[in-house]
Amino acid sequence: MTDLAASGAERPPRSQWGDVWDQFKTHRGALAGTIFFAFVLLAVVLGPVIWPIDAQYIDIRARNSGPSLEHPLGTDQLGRDTLARVFAGGRASIAVGMTAMLLSLVLGTLIGVVAGFFRRIDGPLMRLTDLFLALPLLPLLLVIILLFRDALRTAFGPETGIFILVVFVIGITSWMQTARIVRGDVLALREREFVLAAKSVGTPPRRLISRHILPNVLSPIMVSATLGIANAIITESALSFLGLGFPSDFPTWGRLLFDATDYLQQYPERVLWPGLAISLTVLSVNYMGDGLRDALDPRIRGR
Amino acid sequence: MFHYTIRRLLLAIPTLLFISLILFLLLDLAPGDPTAQLPLTIPPEVKEKIRLSLGLGEPIYIRYLLWLQQFFVNEPLHLLAEITNIDLSGGAQRVISWQTRSPVVDIVVQRMPQTLWVVGLSYVIGVLIALPIGIISAYRQYSWFDQIGTFVSMVGFSVPTFFTGVLLIVIFSVQLGWFPSIYDTTHRVEDWPSFLFQVKQLAMPVAVLALFNAAQISRFMRASMLDNLNQDYVRTARAKGLAERVVLLVHVLRNSMIPVVTVIALGVPTVFGGAIITEQVFKVNGLGQLLITAIQANDIPMVQTLTFMFAVLIVLFNLAADILYGILDPRIRYD
Amino acid sequence: MNVKFLTLAVAASLAAPLPSFAERASDGEVRIIYWQAPSILNPFLSGGTKDLESASLVLEPLGRYDQDGNMVAWLAQSIPTVENGGVSEDLTTITWKLKDGILWSDGTSVSSHDVKFTADYCMHPEGGCSQLSNFDDVASVDVIDDLTVKVTFGVPKPFPYGPFMGSTSPIIQRAQFENCMGAKAPECTEANFNPIGTGPFRVTEFRPNDVISMEANPNYRDPSKPAFASLVFKGGGDATAAGRSVLETGEFDYAWNLQLAPDVLANMEAAGKGTVVSAFGTLVERIMVNLTNPDPALGDERSTAAHPHPFLTDINVRKALSMAIDRELLVEIGYGVAGRPTCNILPAPPIYASNANDACLIHDIEGANNSLDEAGWMPGPDGIRQRDGVRISILYQTSTNAVRQDFQALIKQWWSEIGVETELRNIDASVFFGGDPGSPDTYQKFYADLEMYANNFDGTDPEVYMGNWKCDESPSPDTQWQGANMPRYCDPEYEALLDEMSKTGDLNERARLAKAMNDMLMQNFIMIPLVDRGRVSAHSNSLGGVVLNTWDSELWNAADWHRID
Repeated sequence: MTDLAASGAERPPRSQWGDVWDQFKTHRGALAGTIFFAFVLLAVVLGPVIWPIDAQYIDIRARNSGPSLEHPLGTDQLGRDTLARVFAGGRASIAVGMTAMLLSLVLGTLIGVVAGFFRRIDGPLMRLTDLFLALPLLPLLLVIILLFRDALRTAFGPETGIFILVVFVIGITSWMQTARIVRGDVLALREREFVLAAKSVGTPPRRLISRHILPNVLSPIMVSATLGIANAIITESALSFLGLGFPSDFPTWGRLLFDATDYLQQYPERVLWPGLAISLTVLSVNYMGDGLRDALDPRIRGR
Repeated sequence: MFHYTIRRLLLAIPTLLFISLILFLLLDLAPGDPTAQLPLTIPPEVKEKIRLSLGLGEPIYIRYLLWLQQFFVNEPLHLLAEITNIDLSGGAQRVISWQTRSPVVDIVVQRMPQTLWVVGLSYVIGVLIALPIGIISAYRQYSWFDQIGTFVSMVGFSVPTFFTGVLLIVIFSVQLGWFPSIYDTTHRVEDWPSFLFQVKQLAMPVAVLALFNAAQISRFMRASMLDNLNQDYVRTARAKGLAERVVLLVHVLRNSMIPVVTVIALGVPTVFGGAIITEQVFKVNGLGQLLITAIQANDIPMVQTLTFMFAVLIVLFNLAADILYGILDPRIRYD
Repeated sequence: MNVKFLTLAVAASLAAPLPSFAERASDGEVRIIYWQAPSILNPFLSGGTKDLESASLVLEPLGRYDQDGNMVAWLAQSIPTVENGGVSEDLTTITWKLKDGILWSDGTSVSSHDVKFTADYCMHPEGGCSQLSNFDDVASVDVIDDLTVKVTFGVPKPFPYGPFMGSTSPIIQRAQFENCMGAKAPECTEANFNPIGTGPFRVTEFRPNDVISMEANPNYRDPSKPAFASLVFKGGGDATAAGRSVLETGEFDYAWNLQLAPDVLANMEAAGKGTVVSAFGTLVERIMVNLTNPDPALGDERSTAAHPHPFLTDINVRKALSMAIDRELLVEIGYGVAGRPTCNILPAPPIYASNANDACLIHDIEGANNSLDEAGWMPGPDGIRQRDGVRISILYQTSTNAVRQDFQALIKQWWSEIGVETELRNIDASVFFGGDPGSPDTYQKFYADLEMYANNFDGTDPEVYMGNWKCDESPSPDTQWQGANMPRYCDPEYEALLDEMSKTGDLNERARLAKAMNDMLMQNFIMIPLVDRGRVSAHSNSLGGVVLNTWDSELWNAADWHRID
């Protein structure tokens, strides 16, 4: 905390978030990652406006065509425009990836911190984690679909309903690793001097967690976030392949990649775009996470 | 710690029984039917008779209790009879798969070699590359090594194995003809040439899986090392004049291992769960393929037994991780 | 009975040119890959194609169908008919005579007791035999002498070739299965995995859902066959990988059922290591029309006869949906050489194939629009046609499969051109075809307006198949959602034809009735047939003697397979 005070003394007082932003800006990778991610977001949001071909429109005469002015990235086996599909697919994939990752992160962190910090409920929570780890994914998905699909479809319409379902399904089946990791770290942190000190001066548990515990488990959470977003994008494609996700003509990056794999030898460029889109998005999130972690670490800040 | 271990082991029994019940209920509730894969030309009356012959006419609690008895009593008795020739089972029914009408446990044993060769080996290799990469990446943060490591592991994790596997097959089997695209499970290693063949057929599936595993573990290793490298105790150790190698590999590494141990402990049971997609791409037909075909065929005894064995491993390895925490950081105590 | 159809003459192709060096076990190993792995080698305990076909290398029936659908005597001396006295005049008995001197692979001889035992085994009430329907109406099976067995039916059977004919009804050895009757069937793992048979190969090791190793049967009836000393039957993976291993890497000799996009397959074949073969049977990819209302608001009465469908009960709508489909293009995109457009639900054998409905081959968007206009379905403000507040908005479901999803997307687009809104849904095949009454997504429940899948029938006689569209075959809560009449079609006139067919023995008359029924279904657009799907397999260029057969097991003539250099 001394670093923070020292850097604050030289300049007019600023908010903590201002300092974080200052530090974040100096991290080249993080900045590049943020710019790229913003670009991807813009592309998938504005892409369909700039490039108005309908991603589901079939121009059968133009099928399997290579890059041209009309179709800058070529077309697929039914003559659908690949560029339009990459834009439209990005919308779904990024929306699902981000929300599912956040859901699983929040759940995992919450359970991990609570289990690590409060001894009494550590046992039950970890047994619950064991249970979730043991559940076979496919039958679980089938049951969730069976119970909730029609209800959600009538309540929110087909696409939003499926979106909620997919996010929920991915979220509740992927929080366990984060929970176990966070708990492991919290178990160790709880016995550290600064936590014991804070405890001895009567800091209430809630503040203890938010001030002292959470900032120190941030880096594994950031790693989980990066891996989680990749995992969610891929899992979504597996879901739609099983018929448990979006309708089959609804493009997502994972699905585009899956469909293109069969044509790997004839049209290798077709796997390139969705593959690149997924990898680069994950990479940019990773660098943003790195930068954020560094920026939030008071020991590094100002160095 | 010893009392804690004993207590946890005892607690594991009701936990696992409860998990087995949940699994059974889940599988029963999941839509699907063991006759689903039969041709449509088989009439419904016949399908109904097949269902009855599989015991599906019984109420669910009877079926659950039957499975419990078969798994916890008949299987151990059979094993005893195999080892000692003392037959106490009296020919009692073992857990029988609906697809193959043969004992589930025998098939699981049959699938072990290829699963361990492919999935197990790739996990070991994955861990062995991940740890040094993670350590060096953290120590030389933002160096070229770190940047390349980050890039490779992120691509390795975000490009799914259904794609990397096919890509390798197209390059190395179709174009170059170096490796077989189909894994031969009947192959036995007896001499040098057969060992070479085994290495060849392992190369691609192991590479795909090891990359995926290493990517994940190295990220956690790196992050955790970074956290610790900035701690005060590191400065103190260096100030005391300890060799950098000692500081790094003894003090920092030890304190950074908790998240990595957690991840590895979560990963080892998945080795025995097989790798469904990679096994399918390379036709390895290990435990992952066994599980997925059983799920598709709604072979409940098989799925129940496999997932339960999996649950046992999860509980045991998470317990092992908890014990390791205490060894790595003696301040962690559970009593 | 028509002698031409039930020809006794062994088809000329069976006497295929044999390699000059014909000698048993002289050609090394043959490697077969099926992307679905066999689980069991007892065809009576599993009806899956993968299990039936792998077992057909070992177990053989009395008669088989050849590649043209003709019956060929196999273990029997000849196919019994009314003309040769093998089938009684009143059509209630059929008498089979075994060939002399056939041995099981363990060296013991095959007798009529084995044949009778096979029937008893399958008909055991607790056995759960998957091929029980072959033994429908069988009253008794009697041993006349060591080589003769007589099957008596409870009713006249115009087509008495259910038992012991084709890959679904092979003969098993009594000595091996004697203690495996009924409830004990699953305990006989050893017998179920290593059945003793009369076929060209015998099992040396069976790994369930993985690989089967076989060797030439030393007691096979033709001393010069099979040409191969051993056989590897690998299972697992997917169709792409199986095709690749035969056509591109040459690791395997024969790959089964390569349902791949035509250009992918053509590209693989271009590698020059193997050949793609295809043949047609009775499999038709079709869209089923739901004549009842699947509205979720109806609760338990969804998709039952109590509520007619709001717009699909109008024949003009069904007709327009069919007219708007370009079947030629579907074939080109999805099946290539392995498909042809069809307007019939009963496309083969040739004597049953009608050509009264061929108008559907013309892709006619304008005609479809006119048909809807005339019926008063006018485009609403959103472009979707409606009448009296009912919008033509369709939920169109099918099982998950790359070709089906492409079909869905194409058809959705054509229908959008005639003002029909379509929502697509695909369901995992194990749920869709699962028949679990607890699941809303089964093809029997049909909680959708349209659904697409493929179906065919066993053997060459369509009577049972045409019986699928009887009124009381409609799935409903009363039948636990069992039944094959997905459209819930009910027409007394149709059932009268069916009734007549069940009493008719004359083949030409049966063909006329079957055609009439087919035309009735087609002209009322109760189903929308799309593609007559063939079977596509591939063999390496060095494998000779392959004759693809869709009427029986694909491996039916594995004894004739040989290596060509």
